[in-house]
Amino acid sequence: MNIVVAMKQIPDLQQIRIRNRKPVLDGVPSALGVIDKNALEAAVLLKEKQGGKVIVLSAGNEEVEETVKEALAAGADEAFLVLDDDLEGADGSTKAMVLAEAINKIEDVGLILFGEGSGDNYSGQVGSRVAELLGMPQAAYASSIEINDSSAVITRSLEDGDEILEVSLPVVVSVLGDINEPRIPSVTQILKAGRKPKEVLELEDLEINLTGLPEIMTVSNLAPETDRKQVKVASVEELLQALRTEGVI
Amino acid sequence: MAGVLVYSANQGLALELITAARKIEDFVVAVSLNDDSLAQALAAAGVRTFKISNPNLVVGDTGAAAAAIKQVLDKENIDTVLLSSDRRGKELAGRLAQAIGAGCLTDVTAIQVDGSKIECQRNALGGATIAVQYIEGPKVMALRPRSYEAAGAGNGSIEELAAEIKDTGIKVIDFKPKAADRVNIEAAEILVAVGQGLSDEEKLADVQALASKLGGEVACSKPVATDKKWLSEERVIGLSGKKCKPQLALLLGISGQVQFTVGIRDARVIAAVNTDENAAINYMADYIIQADLHDVIEELNEKL
Ligand SMILES: Cc1cc2nc3c(=O)[nH]c(=O)nc-3n(C[C@H](O)[C@H](O)[C@H](O)COP(=O)(O)OP(=O)(O)OC[C@H]3O[C@@H](n4cnc5c(N)ncnc54)[C@H](O)[C@@H]3O)c2cc1C
Repeated sequence: MNIVVAMKQIPDLQQIRIRNRKPVLDGVPSALGVIDKNALEAAVLLKEKQGGKVIVLSAGNEEVEETVKEALAAGADEAFLVLDDDLEGADGSTKAMVLAEAINKIEDVGLILFGEGSGDNYSGQVGSRVAELLGMPQAAYASSIEINDSSAVITRSLEDGDEILEVSLPVVVSVLGDINEPRIPSVTQILKAGRKPKEVLELEDLEINLTGLPEIMTVSNLAPETDRKQVKVASVEELLQALRTEGVI
Repeated sequence: MAGVLVYSANQGLALELITAARKIEDFVVAVSLNDDSLAQALAAAGVRTFKISNPNLVVGDTGAAAAAIKQVLDKENIDTVLLSSDRRGKELAGRLAQAIGAGCLTDVTAIQVDGSKIECQRNALGGATIAVQYIEGPKVMALRPRSYEAAGAGNGSIEELAAEIKDTGIKVIDFKPKAADRVNIEAAEILVAVGQGLSDEEKLADVQALASKLGGEVACSKPVATDKKWLSEERVIGLSGKKCKPQLALLLGISGQVQFTVGIRDARVIAAVNTDENAAINYMADYIIQADLHDVIEELNEKL
């Protein structure tokens, strides 16, 4: 049984600057989503127990080929990439169709893992969309995953409690950011990553029709106005005085 | 547009969705899945409620919930759906959107109707920006809890609807309720929030003492709850936690990454305590004290 881990390339959020309330994305390097790395780690841990392959799946622009090396270094066996400039910034419905179609081309998939939300948009819809497209059961917000033969036992952490589901394979699961601590690849692993097998497709290699999909239109995307005093105070006494003057204590 | 459908498995959130839906259209329908008391509450809030009962509608089977709701949408010819952006609701949003060929926005904090557009506000780029977006075509929008008041009483109705649901074999083996932490940090006027700068769990008692003296609540950054498990997730401020607007936020040992600050930037006054004078949080603060938070807590507890 193989495990597919869907990973999204996002701009490195730490490096985004705001100018005139607008995010400046030029020159910001790409990275893999933080929680996607937890999904990868969960896959690698399961594979170490029961065999099979971990296949990292990503759809995006050409840079993804470079970005995904990090996942190959951190334990993925192969990469399956759909690269196309049209996929840059594509919304959830497009991405889901591309990923689902790619998964159809991968053999013996028992488990498809996502992070609970992408690092940039955190919308959490692509995993659910892929499950619907593939007609598979799903379980989001997993804090643990156990595989037994043809089924999985998944603990999902909800606001009011932990729900433990038994689901037959194949299943789509999204994991929480605290399900594990992703490993840091060694230098040798990083050097070897480039030599791992990679299947690279373009959009036109997939039999999907992306026209007529609903569209998300963006009216504006601005940083909120912040206007903080940023006053340095030298002592606790001074802090208390300031807070009293503000009338908040 | 021929009406708006609302659904949440959580009764309180379902009532909030009714209020939001009425901003869009007068004609609002609601759904309850294997839940009589939810159906009654929805009808009592004045909406036409479709009650679907089916043994294959297992709680936790998101695909089955989406299939059931789709049948109501098809029958009533509705293509606008509001869901709650709690975890169940968010999970359902993508699945239902895919099932009905809709665009989807989750974690929406406010909606504004502009002609035929339903403009949704949501955080983007990890919370660094606020995006205003709308969906062209069928739409599924999931609203953050407590973005709208619960709908008041009205005269609704309940109709039973037979829906076809496949048995997918999903079984709920167990449900372990979390020890209820009934704190509502979103309503607090004063928040004392701790981050990973806090040295150990025992020190929380001093933090709690300080919060009590100030008449506020203890809150935290995400890792304090999810990694260290020192406090409940109810107390997390930020993108995946709560969005708070206290009069005063005292932030202790929090670095100020954007996924955190998005939850506190509406505070009136922010004071930050950090040993690092270049911590990002300092750019978000009104008052900055470069010091060890444990000393500051001790001194505040003495002086207050
Ligand atoms: C999709 C996504 C969603 C997320 N959602 C959230 C969210 O909702 N809320 C959230 O908080 N995070 C969230 N995060 C995580 C976020 O990115 C940060 O990792 C987190 O906020 C960091 O927590 P922290 O500031 O407590 O810890 P750190 O970043 O480790 O900062 C600790 C700070 O304490 C200071 N410090 C250390 N010792 C002392 C001392 N003795 N006295 C004073 N100061 C000291 C340090 O200088 C440092 O600034 C999310 C991340 C992702 C990817």
